[in-house]
Amino acid sequence: MSEEIILDIKDLRTSFFTEDVEVKAVDGVSFKLPKGKTIGIVGESGSGKSITALSILRLLEHPGKIVGGEINFKDKDLTKASDREIRDIRGNEISMIFQEPMTSLNPVYTVGQQIRETLKVHQGLGKEQGTKKGVELLELVGIPSPKKRITQYPHELSGGMRQRVMIAMALACNPELLIADEPTTALDVTIQAQILEIINDLQDRFDMSVIMITHDMGVVAETCDYVAVMYGGKVVEYADVKTIFKEPKHPYTVGLLNSIPRHDVDVDELEPIRGNVPSPNDMPKGCRFAPRCPFATDLCYEELPSLDKVSDDNQVRCWIYSERWDGDPEVKVNGPERTS
Amino acid sequence: MAQKELLKVNHLKQYFPIKGGFFGRTVNHVKAVDDVSFEIYEGETLSVVGESGCGKSTTGRAILRLDDPTEGTIEFDGEDLLSLSKREMRNRRKDIQVIFQDPYASLNPRQTVAKILTEAMEIQNVVPKNKRRERAIELLETVGLNAEQIDRYPHEFSGGQRQRVGIARALAVEPKLIVCDEAVSALDVSVQAQVLNLLKKLQREFNLTFLFIAHDLGVVRHISDRVAVMYLGKVVEIADKKSLFENPQHPYTKALLSAIPTPDPENKKERIVLKGDVPSPIDPPTGCRFHTRCPFATDLCKQDIPELRNLDHMEEGHRAACHHIEKIVSGDMKPNY
Repeated sequence: MSEEIILDIKDLRTSFFTEDVEVKAVDGVSFKLPKGKTIGIVGESGSGKSITALSILRLLEHPGKIVGGEINFKDKDLTKASDREIRDIRGNEISMIFQEPMTSLNPVYTVGQQIRETLKVHQGLGKEQGTKKGVELLELVGIPSPKKRITQYPHELSGGMRQRVMIAMALACNPELLIADEPTTALDVTIQAQILEIINDLQDRFDMSVIMITHDMGVVAETCDYVAVMYGGKVVEYADVKTIFKEPKHPYTVGLLNSIPRHDVDVDELEPIRGNVPSPNDMPKGCRFAPRCPFATDLCYEELPSLDKVSDDNQVRCWIYSERWDGDPEVKVNGPERTS
Repeated sequence: MAQKELLKVNHLKQYFPIKGGFFGRTVNHVKAVDDVSFEIYEGETLSVVGESGCGKSTTGRAILRLDDPTEGTIEFDGEDLLSLSKREMRNRRKDIQVIFQDPYASLNPRQTVAKILTEAMEIQNVVPKNKRRERAIELLETVGLNAEQIDRYPHEFSGGQRQRVGIARALAVEPKLIVCDEAVSALDVSVQAQVLNLLKKLQREFNLTFLFIAHDLGVVRHISDRVAVMYLGKVVEIADKKSLFENPQHPYTKALLSAIPTPDPENKKERIVLKGDVPSPIDPPTGCRFHTRCPFATDLCKQDIPELRNLDHMEEGHRAACHHIEKIVSGDMKPNY
């Protein structure tokens, strides 16, 4: 990759400390994001994907704490930045949108007041200028009659509208990086399609980089350039989007793809992953996925594999691809054979 | 189809009054379900899909008589459920069970699994008292849990396991029809696939009939035999699964299908992005309710409510409620985005 790297996360570790117990929610996450590209972070509940995002903006609430690693954003390590520096970066250079727009908007202020506040804090715009810019922003995210909407309260807007307002606020200061944490999960599919189109369109226009956090492989396929698959607080596979879907290497990635019921193809029987998602305070010692993996050997239960390069475009955390693999040497991790 | 109709819903309407004004009079109605008819054959899965507010859950609740419908009939095994007294209906619930979306909220946190399951048997008196625990263990094994887990409380289970307990409870009274209201929506994909496979297996084993209410069309394609698509309180299209997914006729169904992101980055398809939001069911649009967002809408659509109809090019049993099916198929009408 010869592109400019805007975000370089190295071995990030974030833990929650409760009653003498350390729960390792994010346990050694590394990835790079080139400028203008989108990386998808996928995983199921408890995989640590949202905590990774919150760590980048240092939005963790007590008792959560970053305990190690680096978050290099344009040559500045955010883990070491002062509170003041972080505050300047939030909303200016890095913005975030959340899953539930109703809880992220303040119900007692109008849309206009909230957008103006953002603009005042970050760009020092006054009331008149703020309103003008606010209307422009609402127009940009495709809200009809923005002049009327800007005077309304969040409860007067539908879910899709609220999410657009959130995006408008996030874009108020032309951020270089947008973190979208499940931005469409709470929305209906037809509205989801609208929102994803807006994000894609704005990204092209402003050459913005995006971190898309989702559990939906469909959303990943449609919006991302690179994908990091997380499981049990660790990245288990990292590749470009085509490789992930065409030649997934990690048994978990394969299991995930095989579990998705498709609307465009008929499948007789889904191949689910056996067992349940492990709880973060009771993580398996070796490979986090070992208890659910159909190929696991003693080695997998005992020792944690590292995230290694298996080909030019793929990194995998799995013993099968190492020289120390002691299971069946012929083991084939089959990708999804279903094609339309 | 020579199959037996197990459930027949005729012109079902469910209006919820909105109270307001000085004397708390009814000022308006939310027309959650507005003239819906369909039938479910024995042993099949009919899915009802649609976006939030389309009335799919309300339809399910009406069938269970958790709400009292405003108008219409619901025939189960030839008997109108809406004419039954409360007591008779309680007995009928032996045949009609439900699995809800949120297994956290639908299991009593202070009861053990044994209690949850035997209570269901006790109410319907399906198993003699001394056999109930034995039967409960059998049920747990049927849904893929262990016999040792029978004396545990709901909080000791994961989400997927809890949903299995919910399924076991529904099975405890040996029902004929199970209404699954977003039964797998809250689960992680890897676990969701397990539960879907379980439901399919149980259906084969016990000859169950499912009314499956869902918004995820991938899940629906996997589990259903037939599918009904709802929009703002009305069924806009109903057909065999294959016919519906491969040959959708209604512009709304087409838009809905095209809006789903496909997990295949090399197969990016043409997307129909609908304008605007779903209108409010308090004052739904006149005529065809989809006309405010439809790329083919004409003046006729604003005035007349289209009926569900089958045309020559459509498979038997495939019906859609659109005035312009013919012209859209022939290409005489072009979408106006």
